[in-house]
Amino acid sequence: MSLDDAIVAFAAEVGPNGPVTITGLGTRGGPVAGVRTVRAPSGIEWIQPAEMTIRCGAGTPVAEVDAALAEHGQCVAIADFGTIGGALAVGHSGVRRLGWGPVRDTVLQLRYVSAAGEVVKAGGPTVKNVSGFDLCRLMVGSRGTLGFFADVILRTRPRPTHEQWYSSARDPWGLLGELYRPTSVLWDGTTSWVLLDGHPDDLRGQAAASELVAVDAPPELPPHRWSVAPSSLTDLRNEPAGTFVAEVGVGIVHHSRPAPPAEPDAETVELHHRIRDEFDPVGRLNPGLDVFAA
Amino acid sequence: MTVDAVARSHVAAPHGTTPLVARLRSVLRPDQVRDGVSEVNLYRHDASNLVGHASVVCFAESTDDVRAIVLVANEFGVPFVARGSGTGLAGGAVPMGGAIVVSTAKMNRILSVDPVNRVAWVEPGVLNLDLSKQIAHLGVHFAPDPSSQQTCSIGGNVANNSGGPHCLADGVTSAHVHAVEVVLPDGSVTVLGGEEPEPVGYDLRGVFVGSEGMFGVATKVCVKLMANPPDVATMLLDFADVADGAQLVSDIIADGIVPAAVEMMDQLCLRAVEAFIHAGLPVEQAAALLIEVVGLPAAVAAQVGRIGELAALRNVGGVRVAADDAERALLWKGRKSAFGAIARIKPNYYLHDTVVPRHKLPEVLEQVYEIAARHELLVLNVFHAGDGNLHPLLVYDAREPGVVERVHAAGDEIVRVSVAAGGVLSGEHGIGLEKRDLMPLMFSEIDLAAQADLRRAFDPRCLSNPDKVLPSPAGCGDIHSIPEGAWV
Repeated sequence: MSLDDAIVAFAAEVGPNGPVTITGLGTRGGPVAGVRTVRAPSGIEWIQPAEMTIRCGAGTPVAEVDAALAEHGQCVAIADFGTIGGALAVGHSGVRRLGWGPVRDTVLQLRYVSAAGEVVKAGGPTVKNVSGFDLCRLMVGSRGTLGFFADVILRTRPRPTHEQWYSSARDPWGLLGELYRPTSVLWDGTTSWVLLDGHPDDLRGQAAASELVAVDAPPELPPHRWSVAPSSLTDLRNEPAGTFVAEVGVGIVHHSRPAPPAEPDAETVELHHRIRDEFDPVGRLNPGLDVFAA
Repeated sequence: MTVDAVARSHVAAPHGTTPLVARLRSVLRPDQVRDGVSEVNLYRHDASNLVGHASVVCFAESTDDVRAIVLVANEFGVPFVARGSGTGLAGGAVPMGGAIVVSTAKMNRILSVDPVNRVAWVEPGVLNLDLSKQIAHLGVHFAPDPSSQQTCSIGGNVANNSGGPHCLADGVTSAHVHAVEVVLPDGSVTVLGGEEPEPVGYDLRGVFVGSEGMFGVATKVCVKLMANPPDVATMLLDFADVADGAQLVSDIIADGIVPAAVEMMDQLCLRAVEAFIHAGLPVEQAAALLIEVVGLPAAVAAQVGRIGELAALRNVGGVRVAADDAERALLWKGRKSAFGAIARIKPNYYLHDTVVPRHKLPEVLEQVYEIAARHELLVLNVFHAGDGNLHPLLVYDAREPGVVERVHAAGDEIVRVSVAAGGVLSGEHGIGLEKRDLMPLMFSEIDLAAQADLRRAFDPRCLSNPDKVLPSPAGCGDIHSIPEGAWV
């Protein structure tokens, strides 16, 4: 079955009535319990290396996309687990966000099945496009409360030919200031880790100038995820060592404790309700899911 | 409010001001509210050929001012349109239906700069190039660089999700905005997005950027700053055949190199620019590519070498690498002054903006030349080849009878062939009024209805810059006729 046929079948399965939830590989929270469950189409439709774009079903595993792109010396800025649709629905970026940008910027075009069971297209296939309102950005991170992703066209990037993790006892903000576009700067309150990619001579030059020591891998990341202003990461100096790993310059903190609940202002909450009322008036898509919950 | 009531709000009171103007003067300082005919008429248009109708112009100086104006607009049921520098090319800031123009030009302060975490808060009236100049000493810059960057405002960049030559590697405005403080169309104030990387809930920041003033008015913008590159190489490559140059663009990308910028100029453009700036441009060649690679020295050297090898396979003529900053500045001046230089050929021009897949550039360029020839028009091409963003420039003399109609017909065809080639309506200028009625070329009724749903969630009364982007019947239902000057 072609991807386009699979999308039509997927829309029919979602249908226009009754509560429905979606799942992929279940690595990012899985479906809403006790609700009829659907899965998005899977499979790579095409890769256009000279356009740096790929089209695939939303149910395609990220690992499958990554392996196929590797054959063309490319990759996509999406953390390598679960499905493409799951990664986009949750909207969390990987530890390379500092250098590679957030996951939301990878989406050029997507189709989703609406609460009415219709296929809706957002965005366009080219790397640059300002035609109409940016529904792609609305959909990324919306956790299946506004529509279920059917297929996507993603922007790819050159796969680094040389990449190396380093560690250092130096202050991470000093490293952030002097290194040119590091891919990642991590810090646990004591040690800093840096990921660099590029030309091997440049890597050697930067590592020598900043006294970096090559290591095999970054630290293990604690399970919980906090999102804070990057300028406030300095507050973590008071946290016990070993309880967190922070993404410096970004503001994600991988923490041993759950994040405190978010407190969005009343205007923002009201706007969310109005959007959800427009897109899913009866609340049938991923019913009961709270987009403000961690 | 009824139609009659709206009409009455525009009728001058005995002392010469309308009730609307009187009310605005009661919530702002009187000198912030201008209703003189000649002054208001200055705000009827942007940099496009489109002309609308404004009832009054207000110069906001703070978030409170914007909020006060929007509340008055709601009270009178009169539309409003935010305006930065008025450099838009798609009619996005053209006031419709006697709208209140809310100028944010006086909100032009840089509020804070954090050079370590590379974040700045600015007011919407800050000019794009002024921001990068003011923070240059900190080793950082704001990446989006539209050709109008000397005069366009950050607020306008946010409204249009603006691009520019250096957006090839670093992305357009949306990728460089962390948060926006906005006055929503009902007058409430909130912050969309945040300095934190993953604010909870929907990405309303991303939704607001590029919404062309229809989701409210930005009053503060939190932008991402980029580190200035340690090394830069600027190359000018020329070709006897436009198709070879266009094909090289795809070759470079497929080879795994994403330059900071890849710009193309065709022969007519090269000649116009050379006569203007005397940079020694290859005026006998069919086209030239201006390519810039940035980064650390070994990577830059390797990429310059590899681009040279790939260019040789595409029959490159000359390869000129700028020897110093002065030569680099001269080459870029050539690119960025193209629109001024063409005034030497004809007094008027119509600049288009479409995107096609890179590999379709040779084919679509050929069609553009064919369309212009068929309509007996001169066309110059100067554009962001790296991301397939075409900017055909039709030059003409508006005094020639019938020429404007031919320009409009040719423009319409150029947009259609771009979309038919798998491209999109606009890469960076936006839809505005200009391309509103062409949206069905890209989107189905169902797709457009979803965009209208989003608009309604932000602005149920359709007061914020009405009649733009969405064609009838997907819009607010009170679509005004397209004003004079539109070619759609």
